[in-house]
Amino acid sequence: MTTPIVEITDLRKSYFRGEQVVEVLKGINLKVSEGGFTALMGPSGSGKSTLLNLIAGIDKPDVGSLTISGLDISSLSENDLAEWRSNNVGFIFQFYNLMPVLTAEQNVELPLLLSDLDAKSRKSRSRTILEMVGLGDRLDHYPNELSGGQQQRVAIARAIVTDPTLIVADEPTGDLDRNSASDVLNLLQRLNSEAGKTIIMVTHDISATHVANEVVHLDKGELISNEASNK
Amino acid sequence: MRVPFQYIIRNLLVRKVTTGLTAGGMALVVFVFASILMLDEGLKKTLVNTGEINNIILTRKGSDTEVQSTIYRDQASIIETKPIVANSVDATPLLSKELVVLISLQKSNAKQQSNVVVRGTSTKGFELRPDVQISEGNFFRSGSSDIVIGSAIAKEYSNTNLGDQIYFAQRLWTIVGVFDAKKTAFDSEIWVSREQLMQAFRRKNFSIIVFRSTEKQSINTIQKEFDSDPRLSLDVKLEQDFYKDQSKALSKFINILGMTLTIIFSVGATIGSMITMNAAVANRTNEIGTLRALGFKKIEILTAFLIESIVLALIGGLIGVFGATFMEFSDFTTTNFQTFADLSFGFVMTPIIALKALIIATLMGVIGGTFPAFHAANLEIVDALRSK
Ligand SMILES: Nc1ncnc2c1ncn2[C@@H]1O[C@H](COP(=O)(O)OP(=O)(O)O)[C@@H](O)[C@H]1O
Ligand SMILES: [Mg+2]
Repeated sequence: MTTPIVEITDLRKSYFRGEQVVEVLKGINLKVSEGGFTALMGPSGSGKSTLLNLIAGIDKPDVGSLTISGLDISSLSENDLAEWRSNNVGFIFQFYNLMPVLTAEQNVELPLLLSDLDAKSRKSRSRTILEMVGLGDRLDHYPNELSGGQQQRVAIARAIVTDPTLIVADEPTGDLDRNSASDVLNLLQRLNSEAGKTIIMVTHDISATHVANEVVHLDKGELISNEASNK
Repeated sequence: MRVPFQYIIRNLLVRKVTTGLTAGGMALVVFVFASILMLDEGLKKTLVNTGEINNIILTRKGSDTEVQSTIYRDQASIIETKPIVANSVDATPLLSKELVVLISLQKSNAKQQSNVVVRGTSTKGFELRPDVQISEGNFFRSGSSDIVIGSAIAKEYSNTNLGDQIYFAQRLWTIVGVFDAKKTAFDSEIWVSREQLMQAFRRKNFSIIVFRSTEKQSINTIQKEFDSDPRLSLDVKLEQDFYKDQSKALSKFINILGMTLTIIFSVGATIGSMITMNAAVANRTNEIGTLRALGFKKIEILTAFLIESIVLALIGGLIGVFGATFMEFSDFTTTNFQTFADLSFGFVMTPIIALKALIIATLMGVIGGTFPAFHAANLEIVDALRSK
């Protein structure tokens, strides 16, 4: 087995709904190996997004340890965590979450504003990545001028422009038609196999699991199986 | 601040209506605020510029206005012989003994009458004040019932054309000329022959004396010289200071009125900006969550929304200042309740006023934007991302 990039032991998380405590994750143990492509499946409300958010460092666990590339991210301060995210994590959302007032190029450039790159290198890098995802001719388009599949490809470009080691995707094809969905999945698979990105993807889509090399099932906050498909 | 400025500007441009309304509210406040400051500036400029350097005005001790003052003939004779009084071209003292009275006159655009200063003077009065120049018609002939009127009087009162007659002090006076006093307080006066005015009002004494001093002595030195003579119980002031002091009460009134209006309006505009910015944060909760997830820090979100609020306020501020500059084309006439006479003055824009107005706008933006910006910065990332 290759070195794990994500190591989770006995991870617990609950939310308050009014007075009531809702236990969302009830002791998760999980390892994701570096360069892996993990699909996280399970019924809606089972805690998939919560687990993904914890791994991505936008939420904090109540109990348990959560190390990414050997770093215990639950111990980081809020600002350090923000810094860590900007350097190490690329986000892909179900509804793309692009800034509607920025062009495709500006959206992709956004995470680079947190780096030390100068304006010129930021621009050329954003362009290169957009060309890579097949949108070289859409640089100046605003999100509402693009199809869903194109918007998701812009979002993927934004997720990889900083060259993060870990990409988290929460139902990235959930809002797309079949063709666009398979484009997006192919793109993610290429990122995994050619660029060696570790990808963790929440999905409902059985066909999406074919691009993954590991499928993890969550139910009611517990991991029920951990099958390796090893294609 | 690493959130791109374009993000802020475009968000303002995209929501045209709310941006327009909010900026409009700000513009109104800034317009009112700037206009009042411009009015105060206009008043100061009018009264401060009134009078010539090295002109000294003498009034009876304790009288604040020319109308209240009395100078006796024997006092006048003593003063005329003082070496401090400069000579005119004809080798007589450059000194004007003047009678100043108030009359009421019918305004052209209003029902009520207003008080107007009538100054009984002589050619010396004009020689002492070279800024006052006949622009139409002629000087009054001494010993006649001729009058010349200031340009503001000609503009604002009825029956003030050349040749028209005005009735006061049981006499008809004929307008023979109009003078331009370069927008000073003299523009709101009527000048006539002193002898005729004294006869008409049955006065034996003068109101004030104005003279040119021979050398630039400190006003205290001159005051001391006059105080040393027990026959002269006079206040000595530079002519310019004398008129400037007359603007104090009115200036204070304008400022208090202006500040009151500004405060009331600005509370409204600030609440408006707060509502707008709160809506902006609510509508963009998901974007805020996304920015935070990408690695933007709380402080950067806070700054971005605060800047958005300030830019919004400054758009309003610039519109307000721009609008206020058009006030320069209008004049304003009111009673100076220190002298009870009507005074006409303009709105004067200065860089300082523009700056103050933009500072007020910025303040409204900061106050209106602070709460929404803090709210935006303190959203939990996962909660913000779950909002649609
Ligand atoms: N930030 C939150 N605040 C309160 N409840 C939450 C929050 N996030 C998730 N939950 C609740 O936790 C449960 C799991 O949510 P989630 O992880 O989004 O499930 P999934 O992604 O598998 O559909 C749901 O019942 C949801 O309502
Ligand atoms: Mg989910």
